[in-house]
Amino acid sequence: MEKLLEVIGLRTQFKTSAGLVRSVDDVTFSIGRGELLCIVGESGCGKSVTALSIMGLVSEPGRIAAGSILYKGEDLTRSSQSRMREIRGNEIAMIFQDPMTSLNPVFSVGEQISEALRLHKGLNKAAARAAAIDSMREVAIPSPKMRYDDYPHQLSGGMRQRIMIAMALACDPELLIADEPTTALDATIQAQILELLDALRRDRNMAVLLITHDLGVVAEVGDRVCVMYTGKIVETSGVDELFSSPKHPYTKGLLNSVPKLPETGAARQHRLRTIEGMVPNLTELPSGCHFADRCSERMASCEFGEVPLYQLDDGAHVRCRLYAEQQRSEVAL
Amino acid sequence: MTAPGTVADRLLVVDDLVKHFPIKGKDNVVRAVDGVSFEMRRGETLGLVGESGCGKSTVGRSILRLIEPTSGTIRYEGENIVGHSFARMQELRREMQMIFQDPYASLNPRLSVRSIIAEPLRIHKIGTRDEQHRKVAELLEKVGLDPRYADRYPHEFSGGQRQRIGIARALALEPKLIICDEPVSALDVSVQAQVVNLLQDLQEEFGLTYLFISHGLAVVEHISDRIAVMYLGKIVEIAEAQELYGRPLHPYTKALLSAIPIPEPSKKRQRIVLEGDVPTPVDPPSGCRFRTRCPFAIPDCAKDIPELKEYSPNHLAACIRIGDL
Repeated sequence: MEKLLEVIGLRTQFKTSAGLVRSVDDVTFSIGRGELLCIVGESGCGKSVTALSIMGLVSEPGRIAAGSILYKGEDLTRSSQSRMREIRGNEIAMIFQDPMTSLNPVFSVGEQISEALRLHKGLNKAAARAAAIDSMREVAIPSPKMRYDDYPHQLSGGMRQRIMIAMALACDPELLIADEPTTALDATIQAQILELLDALRRDRNMAVLLITHDLGVVAEVGDRVCVMYTGKIVETSGVDELFSSPKHPYTKGLLNSVPKLPETGAARQHRLRTIEGMVPNLTELPSGCHFADRCSERMASCEFGEVPLYQLDDGAHVRCRLYAEQQRSEVAL
Repeated sequence: MTAPGTVADRLLVVDDLVKHFPIKGKDNVVRAVDGVSFEMRRGETLGLVGESGCGKSTVGRSILRLIEPTSGTIRYEGENIVGHSFARMQELRREMQMIFQDPYASLNPRLSVRSIIAEPLRIHKIGTRDEQHRKVAELLEKVGLDPRYADRYPHEFSGGQRQRIGIARALALEPKLIICDEPVSALDVSVQAQVVNLLQDLQEEFGLTYLFISHGLAVVEHISDRIAVMYLGKIVEIAEAQELYGRPLHPYTKALLSAIPIPEPSKKRQRIVLEGDVPTPVDPPSGCRFRTRCPFAIPDCAKDIPELKEYSPNHLAACIRIGDL
């Protein structure tokens, strides 16, 4: 698959009074055209900062300290602000978790969709209105002509998220970054939105970077997945492989902590398996593997030195010394 | 409503609970809870699931009378607590406690952990200061926190740890009933599992009865003995947990279950994606409230409000079409 976006050795850091926080620490991944890549991880693992870095939205006290973000071969970390404005919302669009706070409450939802079209496509008012109504129809908003003049507070959470998607898709982006797009929504509405996103990206052959904490969402819509922990990718693999043969002990732990709906008639599991302890403070990370303290398969060698990302035969990458002998070749990144 | 067991087994019986919130300047009301009946046996966990605005939290708060019910009865240990005086209610609340969703908003940031956990003991004038301090240490240990943390403040703890503090506070008065309102929804998955296990251990140790309110269906299934599903102010189905998940009867329950994304990509299920949004509780649809989104609705569904009927032992559902489906 042709690569649309390549993130190589990205490091995004924040200066805080407690010390330097390495939110994104040597992250490398790529997304092909039309591919849906998930980044999954718990609060503070760096998944959202990765997205903001791609969009060029990291601001003081944060900065991209190293690495490159190649979009169609162009390094976005070196692009000017005006070039980024051309790309943002036009070639790369983003939707956020909370549609209420990301919509402007004093403009009608239709005007907000039109704005992007007038800015990026140079459409006049009437043409932008017509195009906005089309994109509202595409995300299945009932009677879009009437809804055009509604304000965000007049719509439900699910409808607002549809507006966000319509806005993001209005300029036909090639890459959509969706940061927890369904986390604030109810289960039945989440199902609607996931189905919509999946259908839209297939129709348009649009690449999607989906950021989520929910492994269920990953399983439903993802092609490939990166698992992040304390700013690092600990495992990258195809979605099917991740669930059928998870490799990193953290991935295994995450999968085990999710309560599963039992097969009909099967005995219920009495206790959930947990990962001991908690995520370490990002300003006081241990040397060696960051997960070692919580890992049930810890070895003496885990506590020293940076753990490299090992590439395995099935194409998966895993940052864990258990796989040192199975690696195909150490990835020099 | 029937559940196995004798009258003496029943800790709580809620009958035809109604809560309407008035709307300022208007004649109509928000029908948040509109005729809800269920009972809870000692030591069981009843899961209450449904989407935002279905009234599940209002039911929980009405039981503690943190919200004054519009009508209906709530019998706790056989005694109808609706209409009790504030003083009598305060006495009763020693036995009924609550754990909240947001561990950031539910702990006073200006109080130390010790003061937070000892507050219920102070209010109810239980024990001397020293006894209260010993109790705090004991409770911290019970919820898996180091008693040496007692003099720290909430901001020094993670979300999961704060939720443990909230649980310790709820346990301070040795209650019988705990209303858990989305206690793990704000937590990360790995932490969620730790807190769920803790709640189960405490239940076993102290014989607690839980009303577990949540929109997270998989967690509810895991922790509950029985589950009630709410939609727009009404219970649409109630059954034992395994029965409900294995053999859901109500079309809404089926849709809700099929909407949970499951972490197994190989298992592609047939998903029922509901059209549209939940209607407003100010002006709910006539007859069955789910009919506007139900894939099986027929004209008759608009006529009468369907009653909860027992389809198999202890499995009740409110839908006139169950026989045909």
